[in-house]
Amino acid sequence: MLNAAIMAAEEGSSPLAPNWWEFLVTLAGFAVLMFIVIKFVMPAFEKTFAERTAAIEGGIAKAEAAQAEANAALNEYKQQLVDARTEANRIREEARAEGAQILADLKEKAAAESARITEQAHVQIEAERQAAVVSLRAEVGTLATELASRIVGESLADDARSSRVVDRFLADLESSSQSAGAAK
Amino acid sequence: MIALALPAATTEEGFVAPTIEDTHYRDILPWGDAYGVWFDPGFGKQMLMVILSVVLIATFFLIASRRSQLVPGKVQFLGESAYGFVRNSIGKDIIGGKDFLKYVPWLFTAFFFVLVNNIFGAIPFLQLPSFSHPGSAYAIAAIFYLLWVGIGIKKHGLRYFKLAVVPSGVPWYILPIVVPIEIISNFIVRPVTHSLRLFATMLAGHLIVTLAGSAIEYMVSTGNILLQGTSVLVLVGAVAMYMLEALIMILQAYVFTLLAAIYIEGALHADAH
Repeated sequence: MLNAAIMAAEEGSSPLAPNWWEFLVTLAGFAVLMFIVIKFVMPAFEKTFAERTAAIEGGIAKAEAAQAEANAALNEYKQQLVDARTEANRIREEARAEGAQILADLKEKAAAESARITEQAHVQIEAERQAAVVSLRAEVGTLATELASRIVGESLADDARSSRVVDRFLADLESSSQSAGAAK
Repeated sequence: MIALALPAATTEEGFVAPTIEDTHYRDILPWGDAYGVWFDPGFGKQMLMVILSVVLIATFFLIASRRSQLVPGKVQFLGESAYGFVRNSIGKDIIGGKDFLKYVPWLFTAFFFVLVNNIFGAIPFLQLPSFSHPGSAYAIAAIFYLLWVGIGIKKHGLRYFKLAVVPSGVPWYILPIVVPIEIISNFIVRPVTHSLRLFATMLAGHLIVTLAGSAIEYMVSTGNILLQGTSVLVLVGAVAMYMLEALIMILQAYVFTLLAAIYIEGALHADAH
């Protein structure tokens, strides 16, 4: 209490009169705190802030790069798809053209073959007809001669004669059939 | 004052209001007395609390900033938020520019130094805002006074004083009036208000709480049932004032730091004002 009284006496009654020791202690306290803040606290916080910013920005950059890469890959795949589709179309067109070509060739070949077969058949038929005519002629001659000899009752042994008759007959027959054909 | 005088006037031995001297506690180590020094270098509660605040703030932020990680833990997050608040809301927004970071430690230290010392006034048993003692308030305001004047001189040379007191765009014939006003307002009134604002709000809050406390004590001890009943009202009022004081303690720490930032910004850009 004595001390307080001394203090009060020294400082007077003004509440604005400072205790200079408090003044100095406050200055010193501020200085110490300031030192700690500058030396330890602030660098640590600023470092963390900077690292965090870098991490976030790095993350964003990485994500952007990945996005760009993905876009590039997508474009590439799309391009490849378009290329492949074009290629497939081209191949299909080629195949179609080739198929048409083959078909046409085959048709042509078949037509030629059929023409050839028909021709051959005609030739053969003609030949066979000729053979038949020849053979028929011979046979008919013999049969007719025999028939005639039977009817006549005598042998027409004279071959030359008989064959001459037959020939004439046939020639007549032929000419008559030919004239009939011509008349048609 | 009338309310305080009333009981003293009505009763003989009545209520004696606490004085400012009562808020100055007896020294813990009155070594000034012990060694017979003529001045009073006693070591008081207030000084102990200033030192305590330094220890508390330093400890908290050292723990919070130690082993900082990208994904912060609770303490680190709290510390970063506190630091980020002063750095961005006060430093960056007020001072701005590229080199506001240079002044952040001043603002940061001031804010938490003032804040913690103010809040001491709201903590039971400590119950003394350190800046209710004028010496402390003068000291911290003086630090910033020297700081912003120093910044102005460093930035603009001696031309700073001309820039600070001669506003641009004022006709020459008004200057004889304006210049003295500017000198007084910028270099005398500003540091005084800077310190007194803090000191007076803290002292007033402290006195009100002290007054309410001693009034309740007096009322209860009178033995008069009516006065004892009235003490409940005083208690309710005291709690409300306590809450208001707690708000003002935080607010004043912010205001002090904000003004410091504004003064620094004014000194940095004296040519633009």
